[in-house]
Amino acid sequence: MLSVVVFLPLVAAVVLFAVPRVPDRFVRWWWLAVAAADFALVIALWVGYPGGDGYAYEVNLRWIPSVSSGYHLGVDGLSLPLVALTAGLFLACAVYSLRQDKRVRSFAALFLFLETVSLGLFVALDLILFFVFFDLSIVGMYFVIAGWGHRDAARAAVKFFLYTFVGSLALLVGFIALYLAASPHTFDIVELTRQMPLAGGGWVAGLVLLALGVGFAIKTPTVPFHTWLPPAHTEAPAAGSAILAGVLLKMGTYGFVRIMMPILPDTWRRYAAVFVVIGVISVLYGAFVALAQRDFKRMIAYTSVNHMGYIILAVGAAGLVADSAAEARQLAVTGAVTQMVSHGLITGALFLLAGVLYDRGGTYDMSRYGGMAASAPRFAGLAAVAAFASLGLPGFSGFIAEFQIFTGSLGATPVATVLAFLGILVTAALFLRAFQRIFLGPARSAEPAADLTVTEGVSIAPLLVLAVVIGVFPRFLLDLIEPASRAVLDLMAR
Amino acid sequence: MNEDPSALLPEIFLAVAAVVAVLLGSYLPRQRQWPVRLVTALACLAGLVAAVVAWGQDETVFGGSYAIDVATNAGRAIVLAAVLITLGVSAGEFRGAPRESELYVLMLLAALGTVLLTGANDLMLLVAAYLLASIPLYALAGFAKDDTGTEASLKFYLLGALLGIVMLSGATVLFGVGGASGYAPLRESLGGAPVAAVAVGFVGVLGGLLFKVGAVPAHFWVPDVTEGTRPPVAAFLTTVPKIGGVIAAYRLVSSALAVSPVDWALLLAIVAAVTMTLGNLAAFFQQNVRRLLAYSTISQVGYLLMAVAVALRSDLALPSLLLYVAAYAVTNLGAFAVVCALPKTAVIEDYSGLVRHRPGLAIALAVCLLGLVGTPPTGVFVGKLTVFTAAFDGGFAWLVVVAAVNTVASLFYYVRWIAPAARATDVPAAAVVDRWSAGTAYAAATTSVALGPLAGLLLATFGGGLVLM
Repeated sequence: MLSVVVFLPLVAAVVLFAVPRVPDRFVRWWWLAVAAADFALVIALWVGYPGGDGYAYEVNLRWIPSVSSGYHLGVDGLSLPLVALTAGLFLACAVYSLRQDKRVRSFAALFLFLETVSLGLFVALDLILFFVFFDLSIVGMYFVIAGWGHRDAARAAVKFFLYTFVGSLALLVGFIALYLAASPHTFDIVELTRQMPLAGGGWVAGLVLLALGVGFAIKTPTVPFHTWLPPAHTEAPAAGSAILAGVLLKMGTYGFVRIMMPILPDTWRRYAAVFVVIGVISVLYGAFVALAQRDFKRMIAYTSVNHMGYIILAVGAAGLVADSAAEARQLAVTGAVTQMVSHGLITGALFLLAGVLYDRGGTYDMSRYGGMAASAPRFAGLAAVAAFASLGLPGFSGFIAEFQIFTGSLGATPVATVLAFLGILVTAALFLRAFQRIFLGPARSAEPAADLTVTEGVSIAPLLVLAVVIGVFPRFLLDLIEPASRAVLDLMAR
Repeated sequence: MNEDPSALLPEIFLAVAAVVAVLLGSYLPRQRQWPVRLVTALACLAGLVAAVVAWGQDETVFGGSYAIDVATNAGRAIVLAAVLITLGVSAGEFRGAPRESELYVLMLLAALGTVLLTGANDLMLLVAAYLLASIPLYALAGFAKDDTGTEASLKFYLLGALLGIVMLSGATVLFGVGGASGYAPLRESLGGAPVAAVAVGFVGVLGGLLFKVGAVPAHFWVPDVTEGTRPPVAAFLTTVPKIGGVIAAYRLVSSALAVSPVDWALLLAIVAAVTMTLGNLAAFFQQNVRRLLAYSTISQVGYLLMAVAVALRSDLALPSLLLYVAAYAVTNLGAFAVVCALPKTAVIEDYSGLVRHRPGLAIALAVCLLGLVGTPPTGVFVGKLTVFTAAFDGGFAWLVVVAAVNTVASLFYYVRWIAPAARATDVPAAAVVDRWSAGTAYAAATTSVALGPLAGLLLATFGGGLVLM
């Protein structure tokens, strides 16, 4: 069942290429149908999920027995929300791209490929399998940026590829070290979690933590490894940015929770303060640099650095054992996972909105716009909702996530948490200012901008509706995440 | 003493096919020499079957001078498969060429020499195999009889002759201090031999093998020959000799020098590190795609030598070496097949817009080049993974880090080639397409990817040790 969910998009992509000469119309609807079917399957997985803290729908086949690496899949409360987010966001991109007219077949095939890769990563329970999907996500996104990006896409794509590839190789070295430290040698995440190799700590454990930390930090990205992000986001096509920010960035933070915390618990605890510091720096730096942007898309890109910073802060705080109750730390981890889902939905919507903006005005420069609310009220409305959701207003999913993160972290690291609070203030300011510049005030262009089309609305609105649903009725999501985050903490407390 | 000739069926097929090809070639009309190609292909197929049948029967034959074990059988299979792929890329270019049959004869003989290298369990046989695997290649390099080919051939020959002599001297020194030329007796006697003499002898023999694989410091021929000769020949030259060279080096260090006082592991690790780094740095700003591929093959040898360096330190060394070399052969030939399929292209710019006009070839190119980087799930990725693991396991963590950094660096120049090919510009890409080579490129790219999921099976097949006796 899980394998079907993962590989259905890939099979659909291969079919697209196997059929000679298909009309673009067919390709678009084929893509949409496959994405919808996959989303429906994920919903079915969620409905049938038994709950608890174990893995469901597990598949474990032999793959490379010589190095004890298997085809091991499974979902739990940490991965299922991200799987659902992935399927949902790809569906939104499929809808949004109904108006795509540039080399539609390759575009659709690439996105279907990326969908398989992203889903595969979140359900992989084997380090090598995880790495395969991790690396392929870079390859897929490279071609999306290089093939369909804006002016300077080639450079941005190469930068993105090289930078994240460095991270993936650091990861690979770390994985190999973990494999060799385990006895019997294995790449299986579940088995490694049970064994806890390198439990004695020492400099080897520190180095492995460093290698994995750098690998995931580049993908996340946190300061100071974020420099690939703004050009990649700015040059990528709208749907590409949405996937990059909504799904691919989560691969890094997911790695922290899925791999680093459970497998290297004591080393994580020892260096947790480092993550707290990096998290706070990312929060503040991302917020302030975003404040200074004139380019709308760049601004959103930097707010991603800010939002990812909260997650790093939370997972770092969860590692600080001193003076903090277990409940608080669990709250922090739950908040971190909720933030991953929430950021995926909201930033996905924001980037798609940025794509609409570029469509209307041909630029992301905010000073070239003004008064768009008059001619495009639906667009303005959705943008306002997305902006408020992103700055973490109560009633949206971001609030639930950030509230939990702050409550959970405050006891462990009061100073850092208070500093991170400032980030919210700054993001509030920058979103309000951006909204004001683009949508309010006098119009700058001679002809009024067109409002959202149906496909644009249908692709963006559900993401924001979901963000509101999570914000108002968060229990269905939290019930899923909480047992899993408790399990992560139990593993960490060993 | 086992002197059963049937143990050497794949070698015999190659030798007989070479003789038949010479005879056929001299009777057939100059323009219709496809039967020679057929004979070559049949010999390779028959050899492949024989190698598979012989799998698992570990023995040495002819006084222990030739080992037949998993390394030999894997080497046979990879070499023969590589020759088959090379036939695919050369069919288009050389069909109807006046000396077509000579081309296949030379390829068969070089392949025979390469196969003998993989099984040589005796210094004398090693040197003989070296010569057999080298001399046909000198002629192949200058096959087109043009200026660049002649220059390439001469350069190749001079370096090969020099290092052949060095190798022979090394073998003589080892024979002198060890009192034998077979690996089994050498293993016993080299343990107590003077360190300096063993070191000199080993370095000499290794020098010849490094020339075969195109590793630093014997790599000077690689870029010039690859650029100067015809593309199908370049594909053969940069792929097939390496298979024999690395396996022969592996056998030499793990059999003859197993208990020697020389720290050959460290020496090989350093050679590996320098080779991959130099190859990558030199590849950075190459515009000519064949020169770029030439330097890329040099860097790949560096990764292969990592496995040789940990021959006695990790159980994973041999299977990972064999898997890597198999995956490398297919992937590298696939990249060359794309080059051969577009005979009018020489530099990277010629490939811009390839995806628009020849999407299949563009995808095959991207798959093969990313495969050479070691992107999952291709065979080279699993090879790299297991080689890295073996090196880590063998105590060369620094080498793994060097290799990882090199992998990132290599991505840069491969992407420099993929990027224009993936861009949909309206510049008309090279119109002429060689259908044979294009088909071969698709097949090789598919195989390269398929080797990844199949890696578990292959690694299990490649398991087992070397025989010595």
